[in-house]
Amino acid sequence: MKILVPVKRVIDYNVKARVKSDQTGVDLANVKMSMNPFCEIAVEEAIRIKEKGGAEEIVAVSIGPIQAQETIRTALAMGADRGILIQTDADPEPLEVAKLLKAVALAEQPGLILMGKQAIDGDNNAVGQMLSALLDWPQATFASKVELAGSTVKVTREVDGGLQTLELDLPAVVTADLRLNEPRYASLPNIMKAKKKTIDIKTADDFGGLAAGHLKVAKVTEPPKRVAGVKVENAAELVAKLKTEAGVL
Amino acid sequence: MAVLVVADHDNVALKDNTNKTVTAALALSSDVDVLVAGQGVAGVAALAAKITGVRKVLTAESDALGKQIAEAMSACLTPLMANYDAVLVPATSAGKNFAPRIAALLDVAPISEIIQVVDPNTFVRPIYAGNALETVQSSDAKKVITVRATAFKAAEEGGSATIEAVDPGAGAPKTRFVADEIVKSDRPELAAAKIVVSGGRAMGSAEEFHRVIEPLADKLGAAVGASRAAVDAGYAPNDYQVGQTGKVVAPQLYIAIGISGAIQHLAGMKDSKVIVAINKDADAPIFQVADYGLVADYKGAVPELMDALTAAGL
Repeated sequence: MKILVPVKRVIDYNVKARVKSDQTGVDLANVKMSMNPFCEIAVEEAIRIKEKGGAEEIVAVSIGPIQAQETIRTALAMGADRGILIQTDADPEPLEVAKLLKAVALAEQPGLILMGKQAIDGDNNAVGQMLSALLDWPQATFASKVELAGSTVKVTREVDGGLQTLELDLPAVVTADLRLNEPRYASLPNIMKAKKKTIDIKTADDFGGLAAGHLKVAKVTEPPKRVAGVKVENAAELVAKLKTEAGVL
Repeated sequence: MAVLVVADHDNVALKDNTNKTVTAALALSSDVDVLVAGQGVAGVAALAAKITGVRKVLTAESDALGKQIAEAMSACLTPLMANYDAVLVPATSAGKNFAPRIAALLDVAPISEIIQVVDPNTFVRPIYAGNALETVQSSDAKKVITVRATAFKAAEEGGSATIEAVDPGAGAPKTRFVADEIVKSDRPELAAAKIVVSGGRAMGSAEEFHRVIEPLADKLGAAVGASRAAVDAGYAPNDYQVGQTGKVVAPQLYIAIGISGAIQHLAGMKDSKVIVAINKDADAPIFQVADYGLVADYKGAVPELMDALTAAGL
């Protein structure tokens, strides 16, 4: 079986996003970029499945600027086998991303698509679900456990209030939540080996083209700031203030 | 235009997120219907019919809808969209799971977790873990929107909408429900609680988390939350997690104990009305957003707080 893992290049999760003064977006110039953390978890899970003999090949695919090759290279250094970059300087919306990934899936015919539940830039949490709907493959989002069994996969999902377990027919789309695993660091020999692995550089036109977006960003602003309040001396003063001043007890 | 709101419920009780999403829907149009999709939902539908401003309640029932299986939800909802210009779904784990599917099937762009309706085509939503707010204009004739319910006031009760059954759709033939492990708790639900008491990594162990945080929460009738650091360390279960990667809460009172205040945690609680922070590190970033800060070790401060609450008659 082949596993397809879409990966996205985003602002590093340790970097605080700063809004541009002209309100056109977030300033990404000279900012450290990395693989989206949820994508990293998806790559790790695919590798673990392969290590257990559940898959023969892992293909990492990214849609983005030429620098997104580095993100694919990270996946290859972790253990993915080859990469596909759909090179575009546009910032496609989830619907367009899902359509391109559908075309990739139809060309590659994976048994499983494993991807992050959301990217930490747009925070849409939508592409996996949309891809599943467009392919008419079953979906399990927010996975905390993935167990392959022949022609099905059992997925434990993080839901409000606890966990839900589903069994899906393959091929299927599974999106990773935080607790699925802890991604490995690529070792130096594996980083060297990854340099020899193939990344096919394609365009959106190779996969049906990139349509215009449906959403226009009117502006991007900073959220209202909370101002620091007062320090209290002790618990008794705190309770008194909460009761009389704040009126929340 | 007509707007459909998808009710948040567990087949027994209607959740407050529904009322809040109705408020968001009423900002789009006065023609608001509510869909209750589930199994055995007559009681829930009757409650939804009482929400002020609701024109009609639709019910759809099947086993797969009873478990809110995403494929079944989108199979039920997508044909219904022939009659609506927008569907608004509370951004719960279930809502986020199925809403984008409807958008894909309608070939429109989903709009995730809105916190404000500017006009019927323009919405505000947080991006980059809440570090920026994006105002987006949609050019789609039909809109699929998830709503961050904490950003909207709950619509009151007082209506008497009609109730009508609709086709539940084709279900989810390639997906089988195996099991639910829902934690039973007498405490209020985290996302809907008036007071939330959260513990952080300073607790040091799961035992300490239980010993310190839970009695205080129970004394206040509060829900229990945790920082991602505490969850990652195994001190608290993941469904306690407050933050960008967990739940977003906006209670009347949020008490953060031993939480430093990482950006990702602040994104989940900074809209609380009153924030209290107890931390022994006076430089912890949590104090920059706290209305009331107590610089103290929680080991002494929490028992004192319990005593002070008792003394105050609570």
